[in-house]
Amino acid sequence: MTVVVRTITRVLLPISLVFGGYVIMHGHLTPGGGFQGGAVAASGLALVLVAFGVERLAGKKGLLSVLESLGGVAFAALGFLGLGVTFFANVLAGSGGLFGHPVPYGPNPGDLNTAGTLPLMNWAVGFKVLAGLGAVVLLFGLFGGEK
Amino acid sequence: MIGNLPFVVCMILVALGLWTLIAKRNLVKLVIGMSLVTSGVNLFLVSLGYVRGGIPPIYTYAPAAAPMVLPTPQALTLTSIVIGVATTALMLAFVVVIYRHKGTLDVRKIRDLRG
Amino acid sequence: MNRWLATGAFCIAAAFLILGAVALRPFGQPARTEMDDYFNRYSQPEVAANNAVTAIVFDYRGYDTLGEATVLFTAVTGVALILRRVRK
Repeated sequence: MTVVVRTITRVLLPISLVFGGYVIMHGHLTPGGGFQGGAVAASGLALVLVAFGVERLAGKKGLLSVLESLGGVAFAALGFLGLGVTFFANVLAGSGGLFGHPVPYGPNPGDLNTAGTLPLMNWAVGFKVLAGLGAVVLLFGLFGGEK
Repeated sequence: MIGNLPFVVCMILVALGLWTLIAKRNLVKLVIGMSLVTSGVNLFLVSLGYVRGGIPPIYTYAPAAAPMVLPTPQALTLTSIVIGVATTALMLAFVVVIYRHKGTLDVRKIRDLRG
Repeated sequence: MNRWLATGAFCIAAAFLILGAVALRPFGQPARTEMDDYFNRYSQPEVAANNAVTAIVFDYRGYDTLGEATVLFTAVTGVALILRRVRK
């Protein structure tokens, strides 16, 4: 691709990854969450694939596969964490430990330390979606040619 | 004044996607038509949960007391969008393999399964 | 002949859809709201989250999200399986 596209991609890739991480992290306070933030970050990977060709990303296939599997296993393991009450019970909410502040009722400026297992689940699903969509785009780039 | 206009617009999107599926011959255009139908249905599902004069169901810096919009259709639409992405990715992979084997993207020239 | 049949069938289906959309409940007055009133009222004391939609997706209905993660994983595996090169 031309010089203009490559320069803009070098500027936009960190911005899109950081913005995707911000949307994933604040999923329990503002609109967003795991799926939306993962899709935003995966669009940065697709931009790199279009601007620089497929050789820059071809070595990352193993890393994407490991990241996706780790995200899925972490999500299921967080479900088993609350098995004392029921599957997918939120045992860390309001208990004072990690992510454990209680929240009073009514409008308030958000506190990042709340909502129990929700931020951890957001990170697991965010990594899974980022790796999954990145792997699909990379596979179409590697094997989608003619013969 | 506004009537049921949001519902009618969503159904017009679904009808346009249906017309694309009926009348077009190119395989990629058929995939686009399928994606149009999915988008119309997702939009309809979200617009079912509106309460008149409602605010988003989020308590961070929420405005003064007003009824909140129903959050359940929004949560179900998230799942539906991801399933639409999965369907589109698999359909496009099939289009690539068909082009690799047959050399054409015209639906009327691919007649291997005709009985 | 086939063309006229397809156009007629499409017109009937489109009229069905649009007349059905007009005959629904008025926009802005949903039918039953007891479950959503519970979610809006109790998602801050129970889940301690400001966002009711995320609380529904990951806490009240977390099992559906597990199925959705499985669908995403199956789609990526399916694409990797379909697009492989068979070496002769």
